Amino acid sequence: MTDFLTQYPLFGALLALAGLAATFGALLGYTAEKLDTAGTPVVDAVAQAINNLLPQTQCGQCGYPGCRPYAEAIAGGEAINKCPPGGAAGIQALATLLDVEPLPLDETHGAAKTVPLVAFIREDECIGCTKCIVACPVDAILGAAKQMHTVISALCTGCDLCVEPCPVDCIDMISQGESLQTWRWRLPDPVRGNAGVIATDSPGSAVSRDRAA
Amino acid sequence: MRRTFGFHGGIHPPQNKQQSLRTPIADAGIPPELILPLSQPIGAPASPVVTVGEHVRKGQLIATARDFVSVPVHASTSGTIHAIEERLVAHPSGYPAPCIVIATDGRDEWVEHSGTADYEALEQAELIQMIRDAGIAGMGGAGFPSAVKLSVTPDTPIATLIINGAECEPYITADDVLMRERAAQLIEGVKILRQLLAPTETLIGVEDNKPQSIAALRAAAQGTGIDVVAIPTRYPSGGENQLIESLTGKQVPSGELPSRIGVICQNIGTAVAIFDAVVQGRPLLSRVTTVTGDSVREPQNFRVLIGTPMRYLLEKAGYQAESNNRLIVGGPLMGFTVPDAGVPIVKTTNCLLVPTAAELPTPPPAQACIRCGVCAEVCPASLLPQQLFWFAQGKEFEKLEDHNLFDCIECGACAYVCPSRIPLVQYYRSSMAEIRQLRRDQEQAMASRLRFEAHQQRLERTEAEKEARRSARKQAAAQRVPAAENQSEADPIQAAIARANARKAAQRADVATTSALNTLERAIVTTDTRLATATAKLDEAKARGSDLVEALQAGVEKTRAKLAAAQRALHDYQQSQRAEPANPAPHDATQAVLAKATAARALEAALSPADKARADLATLQQRLRQTQDSLARSRREGDAEKVIVALEASVVRLSEKISATQQYLNTLKET
Repeated sequence: MTDFLTQYPLFGALLALAGLAATFGALLGYTAEKLDTAGTPVVDAVAQAINNLLPQTQCGQCGYPGCRPYAEAIAGGEAINKCPPGGAAGIQALATLLDVEPLPLDETHGAAKTVPLVAFIREDECIGCTKCIVACPVDAILGAAKQMHTVISALCTGCDLCVEPCPVDCIDMISQGESLQTWRWRLPDPVRGNAGVIATDSPGSAVSRDRAA
Repeated sequence: MRRTFGFHGGIHPPQNKQQSLRTPIADAGIPPELILPLSQPIGAPASPVVTVGEHVRKGQLIATARDFVSVPVHASTSGTIHAIEERLVAHPSGYPAPCIVIATDGRDEWVEHSGTADYEALEQAELIQMIRDAGIAGMGGAGFPSAVKLSVTPDTPIATLIINGAECEPYITADDVLMRERAAQLIEGVKILRQLLAPTETLIGVEDNKPQSIAALRAAAQGTGIDVVAIPTRYPSGGENQLIESLTGKQVPSGELPSRIGVICQNIGTAVAIFDAVVQGRPLLSRVTTVTGDSVREPQNFRVLIGTPMRYLLEKAGYQAESNNRLIVGGPLMGFTVPDAGVPIVKTTNCLLVPTAAELPTPPPAQACIRCGVCAEVCPASLLPQQLFWFAQGKEFEKLEDHNLFDCIECGACAYVCPSRIPLVQYYRSSMAEIRQLRRDQEQAMASRLRFEAHQQRLERTEAEKEARRSARKQAAAQRVPAAENQSEADPIQAAIARANARKAAQRADVATTSALNTLERAIVTTDTRLATATAKLDEAKARGSDLVEALQAGVEKTRAKLAAAQRALHDYQQSQRAEPANPAPHDATQAVLAKATAARALEAALSPADKARADLATLQQRLRQTQDSLARSRREGDAEKVIVALEASVVRLSEKISATQQYLNTLKET
């Protein structure tokens, strides 16, 4: 055998190649079988990452029953601009994550909220029907049948899903006004503070007027 | 002479300290009203323990700390609680905060208090409790509760205790005068701190522009092992991390506390307050505040009660409101403007600066950044201010964090040197606030997500439970069906037959004593009842969708047929009864009845047949009326089905009898 191979090195090479092909083929076949990534896990991970970027208001304005289902739909190819509470910043974050073009917010699903809202139950008028408690996706309403209900405002996401089921219309969505605790420094006034461009480039300046002429 | 190390960057703005150093500390006195905010710059607000109208004495606890990072509030002088309400406080937002307002009585009566000069005998925990109860918060600026800072045990043992007497910001001299006038107490306070922390070395860092303070401290610290170190005057040498680097040459790692490298920093004001608390038993009721600027006639330092409205203090110093450009709390570089002079002095208020427009003009509009890089040269935290500025404008928060925005101490050196007058610090403050808000939002979103998931799981669980109950019920029903079938088809049938046989036998035994008519009528009634029951069962089975429906249907049909047969039998019987009216009584009647009957017969016999028939007819008609009446009543009152059926049957019978009698009468007439 060894003599034959030394006599015909070509066969030796062929044999070696065949052996390598067989070995690596078997290895590849085994790993493909064993470490199969096709199927749900990857989609799940993407949906999880998308879900982490959604605002978790669980309002259902996107047409899906909560943020997680919408995240799964986006992972399956749904448009990223259906989340009004997330607003432009949310769409931007999703676009960055998924490496797609950011789209303007689809206004058919509602306008972007500028101020955070929380539900407030006018407690004198509450009849204790528990309908809002059933409607709340994050269990932020406290109460029992025929007892007054109240919203735990720290847990309320402002989804306003409780407003519609109320038979006596005693739920208001109130904006959480700024207080000493929530106040924060603002960016300097761009007009007074900084124009962000070289002054001579701004419209109305002498240079740009000359150019227009 | 100890070597100092210096730090990166820094600036040399005009000092402007001499104006307020011409006189010793003056006592500001007792203002007519004290406003004591319940919350400090950091930590949860305290809870009031007094009510409106209550009289309080100086040093009395009026609000207790609610949690660990919170300090109690004491009455700064004696007086009456005027209100517990929202008041404007010294905060850049201009929003009100809950405050206790005291109407002072001017008597300044102390509560009973006692301290101990022998603090060396006290346990560490006792000392910390005394500091906590005295309401001492860091007097350098951040207002962090001192007891918390002192009681947190660091991973690294404390090697160096640094007392911060640098006071690097222009105009401010509050710490300087305190060091000059209360050096002995200060050193005692430092000794208490040293006892608490047991450091290997204790340093007091003072900028070399305060030679009088340095001399006073050195004299007081003689033989105590406390080293008073003069550091070169350069803003911001009083920044905690900068002072540490100047004195020890060690840098605090980014995002870490100084205790990580075995250093703890305390302000000299805090040291004096600790001396007062431990040795004299006095809570923190007053502080030294510099009132300066060209809009006061006599710039000076005041010992002022915490809660004193700023307007009162300004007027003590000869305030000229018309020339004042703005009221700044703190220094010209790190202070902030307050909109109203009615806000109170708090534990961190070291300076009130009331400049004229010429002294501190309103900053001109910002120009574009020219990338000169001077800001990076002066930044004491070695950041890249212009990069941060661009990222802040573009709201690129990730990059801001990557460029260590949170190491910024907001000293304002970058903005001070900026040739374009860009308010850089405001960009950083705003970005930091926004990033913190985003983190909070993220946390809240995470909490909402968890709650939503828990909610969904609960819904699924209840649905599964319901489903389980439903299937259990179905199974139970399925088990019941064969049992029911057994009952209706096997043993129960035999039992029913046996019962029926027994009943029949009894009836047969009774037949001699019961009239056949009664038997038939009863048969109709029972059959009718059975039919009703069977129909009801059938309906129920249909509603349940049971597979017994067919069997029950057959049963109903059978019962119905039986009813018809029974009715027919009754009818036949009645016919036959009419056919043989002289049906003898089936059983023996009593003699009396017999006699009566015979008498009646005799009477009847006396009458003509027609008369007899007419009398019969009248009786029958009367009975019919009575029966009809009782039937109507029964129907109205909803009596048992059985009763109504029986009454109906008797109505029919009576009508038949009447018609028969009439026929008989007619035949009589014809004959």
